[in-house]
Amino acid sequence: MATTVSEPPKAGFRLSMLIYDTRYRSMTIQVVALIGFLILIGFLVSNTIQNLNELGKDVSFDFLEEPAGYDINQTLLDYNNQHSHLRAAVIGLLNTLLVAFLGCITATIIGVIVGVARLSNNWLVARLMTIYVEMFRNVPVLLWIVFAMAILIETLPSPRDFKSGEATMSLFGSTAFANQGIFIPRLMATPYAWLLLLVFLVCVAAVIYIRKRALKVQANTGRLPKTGLISLVTLVVPVCVVFLGLSALSRSNTQVMIAAGLDQPVTAAVAAEELGSFDLCYPSGSASSLAARQFLEAAEIKYRRQDYFSKDAARRNFIRGRCDVLVVDQSSASATLAALSEEMRDGTKLTVLADDFSEGNAVRVEYPRITETGIPRFEGGTVLRNSLLALWLALSLYTAAFIAEIVRAGILAISAGQTEAASALGLRPKRIMSLVVLPQALRVIIPPLISQYLNLTKNSSLAIAVGYMDLTGTLMGITLNQTGKELETLMIGMLIYLLISLSISAGMNWYNNRVKLVER
Amino acid sequence: MKKSVFFSALTVAGLAATASAAATLDDVKARGTLNCGVATGVPGFAAPNASGEWEGFDVAVCRAVATAVLGDPMAVEFVPTTGKTRFTALASGEIDVLARNTTWTFSRDVDLKFTFIGVNYYDGQGFMVPKELGVSSAKELDGATVCIQTGTTTELNLADFFRVNNLSYEPVPIETNSEAQQQYLAGACDVYTTDASGLAATRSTFENAADHVILPEIISKEPLGPLVRHGDDEWGDVVRWSFYAMVAAEEYGVTSANVGEMSATAGDNPEVNRLLGTEGNLGEMLGLDADFAKKIIENVGNYGEVFAANIGESTPIGLARGLNAQYTEGGLIYAPPFR
Repeated sequence: MATTVSEPPKAGFRLSMLIYDTRYRSMTIQVVALIGFLILIGFLVSNTIQNLNELGKDVSFDFLEEPAGYDINQTLLDYNNQHSHLRAAVIGLLNTLLVAFLGCITATIIGVIVGVARLSNNWLVARLMTIYVEMFRNVPVLLWIVFAMAILIETLPSPRDFKSGEATMSLFGSTAFANQGIFIPRLMATPYAWLLLLVFLVCVAAVIYIRKRALKVQANTGRLPKTGLISLVTLVVPVCVVFLGLSALSRSNTQVMIAAGLDQPVTAAVAAEELGSFDLCYPSGSASSLAARQFLEAAEIKYRRQDYFSKDAARRNFIRGRCDVLVVDQSSASATLAALSEEMRDGTKLTVLADDFSEGNAVRVEYPRITETGIPRFEGGTVLRNSLLALWLALSLYTAAFIAEIVRAGILAISAGQTEAASALGLRPKRIMSLVVLPQALRVIIPPLISQYLNLTKNSSLAIAVGYMDLTGTLMGITLNQTGKELETLMIGMLIYLLISLSISAGMNWYNNRVKLVER
Repeated sequence: MKKSVFFSALTVAGLAATASAAATLDDVKARGTLNCGVATGVPGFAAPNASGEWEGFDVAVCRAVATAVLGDPMAVEFVPTTGKTRFTALASGEIDVLARNTTWTFSRDVDLKFTFIGVNYYDGQGFMVPKELGVSSAKELDGATVCIQTGTTTELNLADFFRVNNLSYEPVPIETNSEAQQQYLAGACDVYTTDASGLAATRSTFENAADHVILPEIISKEPLGPLVRHGDDEWGDVVRWSFYAMVAAEEYGVTSANVGEMSATAGDNPEVNRLLGTEGNLGEMLGLDADFAKKIIENVGNYGEVFAANIGESTPIGLARGLNAQYTEGGLIYAPPFR
């Protein structure tokens, strides 16, 4: 069967068609716009390069390798002022990510609670939440950050007050709320304690599996098996057994101290007297250093602790002579001694002290306490500095006000019929909210929530107002100032913020695709 | 086509950039005001007074330059800069001269491309602590929480000092002097460190100034001085000799009280005559009036007068001349000869 196809008349292409022919016109406009855009970019780039040349500055990133020279108070990785500018920037980046992460979580929790409570039938609760939302939404976030910091500094007692007895530690003497920050206890672990964490995680997974199976049984038979006791046993028993096992091992693991500047294997007490100073290398989070501290205190030996980030850092500083006494396992003491002697630069004599002590339990808690000599300060434990607290608090409360509005909008978008139907089935109000309304509201909530997360992350760059050393404070602050590389540091900084924002977007979009209504 | 457009854009940009690097002296004269970068508020050095007028030891340098160039000490637009923003402000041309207790260092001079025109205050970094801490030496500061202003040489000196003495410390970076003061007074930091002059200035504003001590250790050399951009030497000369005019005036005993009399006729001292413009043509060589120095001394005062009025021992700041006395009196202040 033959079909006739009528061909359009073939016309030659003329230049005027670029403007007058609608088929080409849109393309022409786009090409012209592109050229204009490229000219603009070219102008900006060449102007910058020209001006920098004129000032005798060249664009180079070599400064990243030079030693930074400044110290940072909150470091999530090992860092000292001899590390490079690049390392300082990474420390700053981690601080940015930390506060953004903490902020997003708390902002979401507060936001959801406030958003739901704003729709409460309780007049007082609903009005209070309205006041909260309006107050935080309508004042610049920088003011909230500075305000939060001022409150923390002015209302909490200083370490001096703790020493003089005007203030006392809270929560059974374990935590100090001071105007330098909140000092909390921390865990000190032996090198094998990660096994404990692994076992714990496996147990949690097992409990989740048990719960899921119970729900399956309920779906099939209508009868929900009791899982409370078995969950508890699964969670507690294996962890206890492993803890006891590891502790038995670590308690029999004898520790000794290697001291620099002595050639006789004397006791610690004699060593402290002969050396004059007894600086204990104190790697953070290591059970053996806590054991050494307790041993020295029991023997009433005067010592000074030098805190280091890790065992490696402690060893490095011992070799440089910045601390005098290193704690090592007795079994490997002679090997370590030989290795250290070789590495010591100036041939300082080393010796293993005569005392030994047990490493103690696999995991123990170190409490912060106020120092007795010297400047009053908290030693031990870990600290949430007030700069972090102020920033975290202000950013979460501020963003939570916006999130609350988003949540409220999401809930209102679900028709009242859903709630009524659910109550007709006999569900209680709490369950209606968590099982019927919120899951449906999520698909309205997630897209605007992404931009709130992005806002929070970007607002964290106001950190320098309270002296929190984030990426803006390190790379685009002190590094910029010490090296004078404005263009380079700002470019790297902007690129990093862009990457952070894009990854948050990507992650949240993926989540959005999961929860959005599946249509056929 | 795209390429040629790009290159023509390059050329245009190049031309524009060349044109923008003109002589600062002409710019200032054409504008009628001097843009001077100062601190955001350090009592005695640069701070607005009750009626909103900027005054202080650093401000006097701005006023001297404005007097020399424009004949009017008030023709200054003050731009408050933080430790962080000051260099960008100067490099970008937003300000013509930076007179903000800035330390003369190798890398700022060479790497940041600035020209320090002299030293108007020889300073050093010190520590201030509350008396109740019971500390009498910086070596006892082990474990202290230290407030520092970011973006200054201070934090590098501090890191070096604590490293060399094998002491530990916790730095608390602060953006401005007033925030540092708040944290220090609340006891959130044990120590406040900055240049000793700045400490004295800050302490003068405390309610109980006597409860705070400045420790004897001075851990660094901090020659503070005004600076200008590299590449415009004529402008650098104007600022340099406006400043040295004040220094030389003190050396030769020319004060704001007697300058009118001394400049009326040429006197016996040829150095004074050349300074005040009654002999020679030094002003002309700078592209200024012959009596530029006379006007500076008349309107702003000589170095000693400026020092005494703003930060001297009779003021709340109460700094002794010390290193900042004339070389004839055992200090380091020394003007090159006016000839």
